[in-house]
Amino acid sequence: MHPAFSMIIFTTLSGLGYGLAIVLGLGFFDPAMVATKLAYLTSLTLIATGLIASLFHLGNPQRAWRALSQWRSSWLSREGVMAIATFVPFTLSAGLAIFANRYDATLGLISVLGSLLTVYCTSMIYGSLKTVDSWHTRLTPLCFISFSLAGGFLLASTFSGMLILELLAVLLLLTALVAKMVWRNRIATLVPRSTPESATGLGFIGKVRLFERPHSLDNYLTREMGFRVARKHAAKLWIISWLSGVVLPIAALLSAMALGTGLPAQLILAIAAVSHLLGIFVERWLFFAEAKHAVTNYY
Amino acid sequence: MTSLPHSPASKKLGLVIDLDVCVGCHACVISCKEWNTGGYGSALSDQHAYGADVSGTFLNRIHSFEVVPEGGLIIGEAGEARVVHFPKSCLHCEDAPCVTVCPTGASYKRAEDGIVLVDEDKCIGCGLCAWSCAYGAREMDLAAGVMKKCTLCVDRIYNETLKQEDRVPSCVRTCPVNARHFGDLGDPNSDVSMMVAERGGFDLMPEQDTRPTNKYLPPRPRSSLSDVAPIIPLAENTEGARGFFAWLDKTLDRI
Amino acid sequence: MNSEPRLALSEPVGDEIAKTTCYMCACRCGIDVHLKDGKVRYIEGNRDHPINKGVLCAKGSAGIMQHYSPARLRAPLLRTGPRGSGEFREISWDEALKLAVDWLQPIRDTAPQKLAFFTGRDQSQALTSFWAQNFGTPNYAAHGGFCSVNMAAAGIYTIGGAFWEFGAPDWDKTKLFVLFGVAEDHDSNPIKIGISKLKKRGARFVSVNPVRTGYSAIADNWIGIRPGTDGLLVLSIIHELFRTGKIDLDYLSRYTNAPWLVIDNEGHEDHGLFLRDDLGKALVRDRKTGAVVRFDEPGHIADLNAEFTTADGLKVRSVLRLMAEKYLDPKYAPEAVAAETGVSATTISGLASEIARVAFEEEIIVEQPWIDMKGEQHEVMIGRPVSFHAMRGISAHSNGFQSARALHVLQTIIGSIDCPGGYRYKPPYPKPATAHPRPHGRSEHVTPGKPLAGPHLGYPLGPEDLLVDAEGKPQRIDKAFSWEAPLSAHGMMHMVIANAHAGDPYPIDVLFLYMANMAWNSSMNTRGTIKMLEERDEATGEYKIPKIIYSDAYSSEMVAYADLVLPDTTYLERHDCISLLDRPISEPGAVCDAIRWPVIKPDRDVRGFQSVLIDLGARLKLPGFVNEDGEALYKDYADYIANHQRKPGIGPLSGWRGAQADSEGRGAPNQDQIQNYIDNGAFWTKHIPQEALYFKHHNAAYQQFAIDMGFFDTPQPVTIQLYVETLQKFRLSAEGIRKPFAPSQYKQRLLECFDPLPDWYRPFEEQGVDTTEFPYHAITQRPMAMYHSWGSQNAWLRQIHTKNPLYVPGVICDEIGLSDGDWAWIISHHGRIKCEVARTDAVNGKTMWTWNAIGKRGGAWALEPNSPEATKGFLLNHLIHELLPPKSDGMRWSNSDPITGQAAWYDLRVRIEKAEIGEGFSEPHFKAIKRPGSQKEPPEEVRYGQEWAK
Repeated sequence: MHPAFSMIIFTTLSGLGYGLAIVLGLGFFDPAMVATKLAYLTSLTLIATGLIASLFHLGNPQRAWRALSQWRSSWLSREGVMAIATFVPFTLSAGLAIFANRYDATLGLISVLGSLLTVYCTSMIYGSLKTVDSWHTRLTPLCFISFSLAGGFLLASTFSGMLILELLAVLLLLTALVAKMVWRNRIATLVPRSTPESATGLGFIGKVRLFERPHSLDNYLTREMGFRVARKHAAKLWIISWLSGVVLPIAALLSAMALGTGLPAQLILAIAAVSHLLGIFVERWLFFAEAKHAVTNYY
Repeated sequence: MTSLPHSPASKKLGLVIDLDVCVGCHACVISCKEWNTGGYGSALSDQHAYGADVSGTFLNRIHSFEVVPEGGLIIGEAGEARVVHFPKSCLHCEDAPCVTVCPTGASYKRAEDGIVLVDEDKCIGCGLCAWSCAYGAREMDLAAGVMKKCTLCVDRIYNETLKQEDRVPSCVRTCPVNARHFGDLGDPNSDVSMMVAERGGFDLMPEQDTRPTNKYLPPRPRSSLSDVAPIIPLAENTEGARGFFAWLDKTLDRI
Repeated sequence: MNSEPRLALSEPVGDEIAKTTCYMCACRCGIDVHLKDGKVRYIEGNRDHPINKGVLCAKGSAGIMQHYSPARLRAPLLRTGPRGSGEFREISWDEALKLAVDWLQPIRDTAPQKLAFFTGRDQSQALTSFWAQNFGTPNYAAHGGFCSVNMAAAGIYTIGGAFWEFGAPDWDKTKLFVLFGVAEDHDSNPIKIGISKLKKRGARFVSVNPVRTGYSAIADNWIGIRPGTDGLLVLSIIHELFRTGKIDLDYLSRYTNAPWLVIDNEGHEDHGLFLRDDLGKALVRDRKTGAVVRFDEPGHIADLNAEFTTADGLKVRSVLRLMAEKYLDPKYAPEAVAAETGVSATTISGLASEIARVAFEEEIIVEQPWIDMKGEQHEVMIGRPVSFHAMRGISAHSNGFQSARALHVLQTIIGSIDCPGGYRYKPPYPKPATAHPRPHGRSEHVTPGKPLAGPHLGYPLGPEDLLVDAEGKPQRIDKAFSWEAPLSAHGMMHMVIANAHAGDPYPIDVLFLYMANMAWNSSMNTRGTIKMLEERDEATGEYKIPKIIYSDAYSSEMVAYADLVLPDTTYLERHDCISLLDRPISEPGAVCDAIRWPVIKPDRDVRGFQSVLIDLGARLKLPGFVNEDGEALYKDYADYIANHQRKPGIGPLSGWRGAQADSEGRGAPNQDQIQNYIDNGAFWTKHIPQEALYFKHHNAAYQQFAIDMGFFDTPQPVTIQLYVETLQKFRLSAEGIRKPFAPSQYKQRLLECFDPLPDWYRPFEEQGVDTTEFPYHAITQRPMAMYHSWGSQNAWLRQIHTKNPLYVPGVICDEIGLSDGDWAWIISHHGRIKCEVARTDAVNGKTMWTWNAIGKRGGAWALEPNSPEATKGFLLNHLIHELLPPKSDGMRWSNSDPITGQAAWYDLRVRIEKAEIGEGFSEPHFKAIKRPGSQKEPPEEVRYGQEWAK
């Protein structure tokens, strides 16, 4: 699949934003602290930036409001609905924290639930597609949610430096890494659902090979669905993604724990958060780039 | 429609494509383009039309595959690769994932005849329906920013300004080898259904669980020329031309 | 819950439907052009039309993009830069025509042969030849010489017909159909409709073609033959049929020259000629009485097995006896030809068996009495339902004439010429070679200021009809009808530029071309041809070919090499007639002709070429174009179509003749004729009577019908010429025993290639090069969605074939380590090209191939110079020389069939070497041409029909 920049930005930033929102909604933070207020603003900014980025993916963004209508069947629509449904209590929570130094558990927990569901909906847009074998698994939402949570706790740690957050962040990063490794391992051993033989129905004659494309050059389908990344290239990027997205942040978290609270620790954690973001960015790029769509059986 | 029709009519309009006769001439491809670029919805645009990266929106395309017989049914001479031309457009699936993934309801399956359409006024151009389609039946028009797909020429098949015989999709109307057939696949007694039953028509990628309406007819079995029983040489012909002349004389005397 | 949107399902397609004839290729299908707001909304096939019966191919449907092509020329052009630069100044028509007259008038008045007028994809040869004849130049022809003249000439000399426009399989009744290589962009809809019909019936379809795409892909049996050996395969089948006695003796004795008596008189001028009476009638022996009688004498039974000495002491033998002696030779046995053809012996004998079985065991009887030309009544029509079709695959080889003859002989010996289920003639064919004219162009035929003494093109019946001088030197600029290519019935357009450049046999002053892309894909040795067009005389500084006038509708590569360009219209803006005098569209069961008419007005300063030619004819005061007072006879082409009479009562169109529009075939001109055609959907059909539908070559009812229609004035039955005496006459000339004697350098070739019975020899290039150095064949296939070079300017069609790889057999790929997308050098004795390769296994293992004419020169056809057509596309033409490799005799023979002069495109031999990708350009790569005149930069994006979006 074509790794569209807008989609990568969207899933990366909003995933992180919702992760942070979950930590905030769970009430770990003292609403009176400046860091808490900043965290709320950061989370909102990440979520909003992600959502706006996703609009760039649309051919007719002015009609985006219509996407809220089909929540009964469409995960994309559900995601939109959930994003808005979560935005209201979470913005209220943020307002309470920023302007009234208050934390409301009901609003907080609704935001937590909403954030989890929104990330789940996002993941299910991909996870529900039978056409992409590597995506079509329960592991896809698991990866999305665990990365979102891990990122959220990591980012939260940079704001507060609470040991419990740091410990949870380490734990969640490891969980996310394991989930992703299982996910990737599944791809490596996957028997494709569809083949050129099943795509053409000509398997009863023999082995099917493309002789000539319908048109000489690329078309929408080959650009969108036919993206291919070299195996060597992908392996390198995968290493970068877990080094930068998981290993480095864990090392930073452990160092921060050793250093205790204070500016150096927070600086280290801030760098870790950026590293994590980059790692997830690469992970998402690979998520798309390595995905093989069933239509490629025709090309 | 957010979902597939709750109580679809029994009518299932679709195409039956005969791989035994398709010669890959692309007539259907271009006829489809010219009908639909001035018909239903926005035009089918072409980018860089006269430049290096020319690429346009097409609702129907012909692929060509080379098939090397491997143990299975041998068609033609044994061991020889063969070319199969393969037209492909929307299959108007009964369980069309492109409909259910659509966030805006632009993508819908008509209850009365099962045609899958895009209401372009509602389409936001997110592309998810194209992702959900295993067959590559949907193409985003880059100029209009909306998803285009085969409409089964819905603006022809019910068009009362056309003669009855012309109320078929443009691709069917134009196909020089009659490889494309249009009809109601929900009616077991329709010509197309009977053709499917007779010829062993099949679904593309049944494992995708989409239950396509369109069916493909496989290439017919063929027999090798090497297996044709040899003709018997003239008894007289053991000595070349002289034997032939003897036979000739005898035969001419008989007629 | 949403509801389904309401759709406007009954919108009218357009405002009106204009029915005319397609010109996206040479098929000439009927089209319904739907017009909306003065623009073309939709083009579909005309259901009533005899050719396409409603269907339409990709090219036809893409007519919209052709009509609005940005490559259309906009006004007459006068060259301002050097040739090849594309620099022109737009001028007025008055200026253009005056200039043309200034160039042409002095030539006509002094030396008409200094004009060479050749037309390419022309469908108006009846007019262009008439014009050239009245101008007086001997140098006229259309493009048949580099197309399929082998097929046409072999057919006319043998059966008085051929394939495509001359005849077709009986699609409705045939039970076995054997197809040899055809251009899949020609005659394509009728073939597709036909193949589909027979496959539906379960009839067997065998394809003989090195490449298994297109039609071959759906054949029941594919015979992946080695190029250039089709004739040998056919002779092997003939061998099998003789060996097993599976020949139709009754058919042979009645309708062919199988019983004709051939004189055996070695060393004398009648050796190998037919025994004839005083009136020149060929003689046969009556098997009942033993008497020698004229072949067309009613009441006798011709003896196929005759061998005797005549009263005059001449030893004679029947043609059939000669055939048996020749073809029963074990060298034609399947086992003997398997290695050469690349086809297994069991497949060859299997095919022969199947042909015999279907012909004789699945005989068709049509209960239809008919009377033959000897007055004998037949109660039924007997069909041998085996049919064949062939075109360039056989034709474009230097042995193509003989191979095509072999195929017709095969058809004939099983009795399947014009019988139910077999091959069927299309009117006005059959027409024997004797009923065609002889060529004109010798010096006594050419008089300054006067018309040529007769038609340029024709069918020589012997060396005496050649257009050579007393020394045997060619008289035409293309050397057609010379000893080099005696039966070049369509001329040799592919030799014109080379000969004119060399001044051999003489220099010319004006080269006038129409719709022929000679500076690119229509020439062998493209780079060399370009050089010849660009080269100047060192002494005078003038171009070697001093003046070039060219007419085309689009900015093809050739436009850049013209000095004066006369811009033609698109096919939707013009009048045309598809005439029985020219290349008709008849069906086996009906006589048909058709017109084009302007369904849209041009939005540019362009004129239909034929109208321009008529205007030029009047300005030059050519007979036939002006009346006695020197006034123009015709206002334009439409006027000519309706009013021109070739002879009294016979004009370009056969329908609605006579003042009352009630005559067919013959009749006075009708002023409303074109409107009558328009009202009928732009075509006319006249069905052949039931009793005349088959055996037309010997059917009295058909012959009368042909006379009524004006094809002939007297019956012209065809006795199928298994043995072609004309060829034997050339051998006698070569031997120096019959006058005129052939110049000595031609002796060997005439003796080797002019066998009066079909023969096979290795293609010349294969004979002339080291086949271990050049072990492979390289050929082109015609993509069905393109027509020659036209398709690339079409925004829709060019997406299907934007570039062309060289398809290389898997075995060769594995041997030298090539995979898809790699680059390779392809090298012939003449040159080398670099291109991308792709693997295929559906091909003869010694043959690589590519799509024809996809490669373009940058800037031509309104394409951006970096378009894939120009950077990745390529032509095989660069590898093919118009001359053969030098031989020890010191002569440079033309790369053509020695009999007809047909360009031997498919004789090419090559080797392949892996190449570095380099810049990723195919080579040779040429510098881009400028857009001519006021042609604008093409649009970046096309959204055709957006204004009608609902």
